[in-house]
Amino acid sequence: MRFSHWQIVLLKGLIHLLCLGWATLVYWRAASDQLGGDPVEAVLHFTGISAFNLLLLSLTMSPLAKMFKQGQFIRFRRLLGLYAFFYAFLHLASFILFELQLEWRMLLAEIIERPYITVGMAAWLILLALTLTSTQAAQRKMVRRWQSLHNWIYPAAALVALHYIWSVKSDIVQPLIYIAMLAILLGFRKDKLLRPVKRRYRALTSSD
Amino acid sequence: QTRSLEYQAANQTEQVLTPETKVISHNNFYEFGTDKTDPRDNAQDFQVQPWKLRIDGLVEQPINLDYDDLFKAAPLEERIYRLRCVEAWSMVIPWVGFELATLLKKAKPLSSARYVAFETLYDPKQMPGQNNPFMGGGIDYPYVEGLRLDEAMHPLTILSVGLYGKTLPPQNGAPIRLVVPWKYGFKSIKSIVRIRLTDKQPPTTWNQLAANEYGFYANVNPNVDHPRWSQARERRITKGGLFADNRIDTQLFNGYDEVAPLYSGMDLKRHY
Repeated sequence: MRFSHWQIVLLKGLIHLLCLGWATLVYWRAASDQLGGDPVEAVLHFTGISAFNLLLLSLTMSPLAKMFKQGQFIRFRRLLGLYAFFYAFLHLASFILFELQLEWRMLLAEIIERPYITVGMAAWLILLALTLTSTQAAQRKMVRRWQSLHNWIYPAAALVALHYIWSVKSDIVQPLIYIAMLAILLGFRKDKLLRPVKRRYRALTSSD
Repeated sequence: QTRSLEYQAANQTEQVLTPETKVISHNNFYEFGTDKTDPRDNAQDFQVQPWKLRIDGLVEQPINLDYDDLFKAAPLEERIYRLRCVEAWSMVIPWVGFELATLLKKAKPLSSARYVAFETLYDPKQMPGQNNPFMGGGIDYPYVEGLRLDEAMHPLTILSVGLYGKTLPPQNGAPIRLVVPWKYGFKSIKSIVRIRLTDKQPPTTWNQLAANEYGFYANVNPNVDHPRWSQARERRITKGGLFADNRIDTQLFNGYDEVAPLYSGMDLKRHY
């Protein structure tokens, strides 16, 4: 199996259309009061879960590439990652604009006092850093540091999962399903993720 | 499924009412699913006839009410109340109902009665969330709630059988539910089948689930935050979409200052 150039362009176009179109539709419906009893809660849930979906999807590309021995999957990874941040940006912006309605002092208090918001904010900042360094120019300039920076996607994903399960009142089934999906995706990378741990362990044992 | 009721209408109010479409489409009723629109989507086949409501426990005169009796237990009147959800949103709802005290007095509480325990219908066939952990939010059913007897006897406390002039839709707790306007919404238990007077503080569902987050009293209080979010302000749901400028200060006892004497001398930070 191999995608032609046009198939890739078409698929990328489809990703743009879905991600932008869906957000536009939801915000338009929310703004015109056609999104249920509480449009604010509705957009917060929609943008939050969409960001997580796209993050998981972007983490699916390299296992897919390995499984099908098809490196082209990697070509969708950055786009999906950028849209994950796009939705995370909308999520935070909606929280500030529509939930807190620009009460900045409240925002600061919430970030400091509420652990699940602190955790979400930390994940958001990591995603921001990855987004800002997502260009090929940045990749060339940062050389090896680029990869170590972008490995922060894994702690970011874990923080997003924690943010999600911590935010619900009692219905933890759906967050648990998401955590299971993330665990599977991280499982594909267990060698890579355990490497620093092993290195430290070896250093400790050899120095004895 | 609803029908109009005969009742004495409330006086005009300056408060902007939450539109009926929002009152009946934005509900926490985990028996029908945990999303806000799930109850509306999943409860429409809910059968309220026949219905049995029993008032017993420490009373001289236990009472059994059938469906039709619910609407004749006392003259119906309209009460326009603010409803403050523990999730920091609020509505203004024109309920139709009668004071709980009227019914309790008919049952003649014994002098040993100190608390009132309430119980929602348990019927997993009709309420699929009750035996489906994917739907019911991990709660032990039936849903139970409780009040101190003096809270239950307060004239603000009503049993509601309708809203916006009609019988309650199933998603709002048909055929009969509690409304305690100075407490967070989860105290106002829906679709009640049993009211029992006791001498001990009864268990309450959310308190059992997370005692550090939900107390027995659950009085609306801007000075006592939920551990995971602030209770100082609230979003009032009226009409208007995303850009509705609807953030307001939360008031102690949801603005119903007349209940303050019930709690004189109590540390409301400890008894949250």
